[in-house]
Amino acid sequence: MIKSIQITNRKQLLLVLLSLPIWYILYVNLQNISDFFIDTVFGMKAGTHLTETIRFFIFEVPKVLLLLVLIIFGVGIVRSYFSPEKTRKALAGKSTFLGNVMAALLGVVTPFCSCSAIPLFLGFVEAGVPLGVTFSFLIAAPMVNEIALIMLVGLFGWQTAIIYTLTGLLIAIFSGWLIGVLKLEKYVQDWVFEVKTGQTDQDATKIPFSDRIKSGIDSVKEIVGKIWLYIVIGVAIGAGAHGYVPEDFMASLMGKSAWYSVPLSIVIGIPMYSNAAGIIPIVSVLIEKGASLGTALAFMMSVIGLSLPEVIILKKVLKMPLILAFVGIVAAGILCVGFIFNFIY
Amino acid sequence: MDIKVLGPGCKKCGTLAEAANKAVEELAIDAKVEKIDDMVKILSYGVMSTPALVINEKVVVSGKVPSVSEIKELIQKA
Repeated sequence: MIKSIQITNRKQLLLVLLSLPIWYILYVNLQNISDFFIDTVFGMKAGTHLTETIRFFIFEVPKVLLLLVLIIFGVGIVRSYFSPEKTRKALAGKSTFLGNVMAALLGVVTPFCSCSAIPLFLGFVEAGVPLGVTFSFLIAAPMVNEIALIMLVGLFGWQTAIIYTLTGLLIAIFSGWLIGVLKLEKYVQDWVFEVKTGQTDQDATKIPFSDRIKSGIDSVKEIVGKIWLYIVIGVAIGAGAHGYVPEDFMASLMGKSAWYSVPLSIVIGIPMYSNAAGIIPIVSVLIEKGASLGTALAFMMSVIGLSLPEVIILKKVLKMPLILAFVGIVAAGILCVGFIFNFIY
Repeated sequence: MDIKVLGPGCKKCGTLAEAANKAVEELAIDAKVEKIDDMVKILSYGVMSTPALVINEKVVVSGKVPSVSEIKELIQKA
């Protein structure tokens, strides 16, 4: 049994090594390939609305998917070196600010699923990770991640991706820091401090590298399997709007001249819940149709970072004043980001 | 043999419970798969990323859903 698993691991390694050059050739020639299909195979007339819409779609979907597969594979390997248990150990007893910075950064690389937010919160608090530091982690983890990054690079270019990442981290760091400074510990549900966590020794075993390759492949299967449809639909909406919706459709509502657009986008975004894969193609349409970058970023952060379902889950461990402080502080941070970017661009 | 699946009831936890049941069935062993969704109990195993698989009170997997054959191997090792 064990031997057969080792053999499959070796096969997987070989598969990965073979796939990399194929990936590269596909990615570099993607424009040519999609042009070949449009112009030669389908024989469509270049320059018409319909042709260009389909060309955009046929180029953009494989591009985003290719990027997604490669980066998620890489991140899957990186993540196998991190675990919530190790992160907790690293953050226990850390001073504020430095702790907040570390927590936000670890939030990006530690494997995290919003359904584990509660056990993670309890585990952190029990290990003596300060409340504000815990929040820095919980804010950064869903907001700044590889999926958001790939989608932003794919649809807006790397500059916007970097801006989003940096401002997302800043919001996580400062919101957590502020929650720590305000000393809101009394608004954590009382039973939380009585929880005793057991010890596990599962980190003690050393993982061979072939297993890490496997976890990379596993995360590609899991994540790409879950979000590919969002991407296809999102890009289809984008491609459709590309040719058919008037350019300044969103300008009056979400444009730069409308000062109220940033707070309004945040308020609309809070009850909405979506992951990065679902919301980014929609945001790209908003921007193309006249929404300003700051407003669109604020909308996106609000949808991904703050959500009603999350608040309901947090209600189990936090009392209302702390939940309100959390939502209020993060919303204020997003507001600043929105205004600053509308001001700069 | 005593097998537990820890998880507050997200989709992955259900998938893990199903896989564990299938593994037990395929191995034709006498084991009960129990689902634990009480947060305090989950924490008492030191688990912070759900779902987790516990065999004979020992955490063998946490934070991911292993395949049926992987679970079978874990059961045989226990």
